Amino acid sequence: MAKTVKNNTLKLKFESSRNLAPAPESKSAAKISERYDLFIDGKFEKPLSKKYFDTINPATEERLAEVAEANAADVNKAVEAARNAYDKTWKKMAPKERAKYIYRVARMVQERAREFAVIETLDGGKPIRESRDFDVPAAANHFFYYAGWADKLEYAFPNRQAQPLGVAGQIIPWNFPLLMAAWKIAPALATGNTVVLKPAETTPLTALKLAEIIQEADLPPGVVNIITGAGATGAAMVDHPDINKIAFTGSTDVGKIIQRAIAGTNKKATLELGGKAANIIFDDAALDQAVEGVVNGIFFNQGHVCCAGSRLYVQESVFKTVVQKLKDRMESLIVGDPMDKNTDIGAINSKQQLEVINTYLSIGQKEGAEMYQSSCSLPKKGFYCRPTIFTNVAQSNRIAQEEIFGPVLTIQSFRTDDEVIEKANNTPYGLSAGVWTDKGSKIFNMTTKLKAGVVWANTYNKFDPTSPFGGYKESGYGREGGLHGLAPYLNLV
Amino acid sequence: MIAIKSIPDFSLSPHIDQVGVEERASRFTKRSIKNESKINGLKLALNMIDLTTLEGKDTDGKVKQLCYKALHLHDAYPGLPTVAAICVYPSMVKVAKKALGDSGVKVASVATAFPSGQASRDVKIRDTKFAVNEGADEIDMVISRGKFHMGEYNFVFDEISAIKEACGEARLKVILETGELVTYDKVRRASDIAMYAGADFIKTSTGKIQPAATMPVTLVMLEAIRDFYYKTGKRIAMKPAGGISKAKLALHYLVMLNEVLGEEWMNNQWFRFGASSLANDILMQLMKQKSGVYQGADYFSMD
Repeated sequence: MAKTVKNNTLKLKFESSRNLAPAPESKSAAKISERYDLFIDGKFEKPLSKKYFDTINPATEERLAEVAEANAADVNKAVEAARNAYDKTWKKMAPKERAKYIYRVARMVQERAREFAVIETLDGGKPIRESRDFDVPAAANHFFYYAGWADKLEYAFPNRQAQPLGVAGQIIPWNFPLLMAAWKIAPALATGNTVVLKPAETTPLTALKLAEIIQEADLPPGVVNIITGAGATGAAMVDHPDINKIAFTGSTDVGKIIQRAIAGTNKKATLELGGKAANIIFDDAALDQAVEGVVNGIFFNQGHVCCAGSRLYVQESVFKTVVQKLKDRMESLIVGDPMDKNTDIGAINSKQQLEVINTYLSIGQKEGAEMYQSSCSLPKKGFYCRPTIFTNVAQSNRIAQEEIFGPVLTIQSFRTDDEVIEKANNTPYGLSAGVWTDKGSKIFNMTTKLKAGVVWANTYNKFDPTSPFGGYKESGYGREGGLHGLAPYLNLV
Repeated sequence: MIAIKSIPDFSLSPHIDQVGVEERASRFTKRSIKNESKINGLKLALNMIDLTTLEGKDTDGKVKQLCYKALHLHDAYPGLPTVAAICVYPSMVKVAKKALGDSGVKVASVATAFPSGQASRDVKIRDTKFAVNEGADEIDMVISRGKFHMGEYNFVFDEISAIKEACGEARLKVILETGELVTYDKVRRASDIAMYAGADFIKTSTGKIQPAATMPVTLVMLEAIRDFYYKTGKRIAMKPAGGISKAKLALHYLVMLNEVLGEEWMNNQWFRFGASSLANDILMQLMKQKSGVYQGADYFSMD
């Protein structure tokens, strides 16, 4: 429940801006089958496990489809197919031929953008505006970008020989299902590796749609295998002796398990894990644009973003102003049906995740922080959380230390540059950070001292296939995207 | 009247991030306005129009025709609102006032050596007083952009105050001519000066200079109004003018207004469109909502 706010500042009224007539995207663009099998060796095959599980729409709690659950034998079958394809076709193929396949996939993703966007939103709960304007175009761009690299590896790594690793096992999360599949598959194929990919159990549908495209694109059988399942399936992949590389995006806890499991083997790994990013507003910043950046930083994709700007630091002289502006801005956010084109914040991805977020909301209040939530109403069915900010937060509060992975922001004040650098770096994570100031020299000073893989200046949550992405410390290691994203899939001799 | 406690240093007006403000402005155009929201929005936009004719060749006849149009936008659609005001040169105020009678439609007059503003203060004050004496309900003044660019903010401030005094009961719209100020930082600074000097409205453009109103410029000004409201509790009205000729764009502006300043600004007391051809496009859209098909331009009166 929203607490009443103490300070008596003037409030603007935004009720009518949230109550627009419904503008739902049509579901007819999406063809979803009743049941999906495992995509192995270019064919959809029934699982040896004989088991299936449901995937639901988190916005309505309705079942969308049932999906095969791969066991260790299924994983083995997929890895064998990938190995076979690697040895017999993919590693021998001329790089420019490989590129043609990747371009073809990119174009087909673009052609079926609407279908992908609708399925992404139905399966994951994110607003259709985001899947339409961000997820799907960005996924296509990744394929286009890495297709271009396939026959230019000798220029990417001059005077070195770039050799593929073999079979890559890729495990991706539920926050950007299609985009993460593209982030993983595109560089692996461009560098001449074959792939076994497992999407998250709550959001498998767009990866399976991608499998259909890969089949239509006539990619040689076994080059890309897409198998579904939960943690046990992932563990079977990590433990499989014939996988040469693990690429994982997900929680730090699972990342640690993977790290332990592959210790002593010659498997390579890239891990892209959690984050608790500092977003820092200096008093000379363009405040209205900074507030907008804070909103994009923490409420984008319901806060299910590993690089979300979840810790806001505001210089004390503008603290009140920023909080006031932020509260008014939050009031104008539209929370609700993800399929409505006007929705800003959709459904939380799963019941389980909603419980995690709600637990943190009560922890925050118990810790003495002051909670403020938008006054918007929530749909009766489905998993939803109001956009939430906490003020009166201490650096030692759990809500300021632990990754919540939801639309929850903590706000603290600071006085000097040194103080905020210390506080921003005072976390086990180091994935991203944001700096808001009108002063160029301050930007350079901050970006060199913030221990984060990505530092955005006067913007936030901007992604581009040409730009590397990855973390420090417990946010993982290895880079994805850009030229840097090629190296983890290569032996450079 | 709410007393303003202190006048800030305008050289310290907040800076605007160009990329950020343009990105934010483009977000409003992504809103999908359908069905009853669309009809309500279109009617509201119609009711916010300052129907404008500002030409050297304006005549009594032309102004009278425009006034009649203001009151009877499209009688084929019963229950339509009128526009908010007619906007004319000072010499046409009397004609417009008479033609509009007690309809409630206001008469706005440009003044202060519109559109350039290159005249002495004395001339500008007399220009204003003339328009007010002829019966103008609202005065649209231009700021001295030259002095503003020279950094003489006090001159600009004092001039606005002087015109405000000359307005008496008439509401004062201060035209910044954002197309001549060029940067968002300067638009913001000029907005602050105008509001602290006594503007009732801040207005983007004369319509004589390109670019005229744009969404990002209007957003910068709406944010200035919001900050002024936060500081003083006093509401200032906004008028983007020039370049808004399509109903869809007008709806985007209303979405922006609604999400930046909230519903208390969503009426013609606090927001106007300065436009000459917008009304007909809105009428065409309203008729389409009603009948399901578009009618040709010949079915709507041209003025």
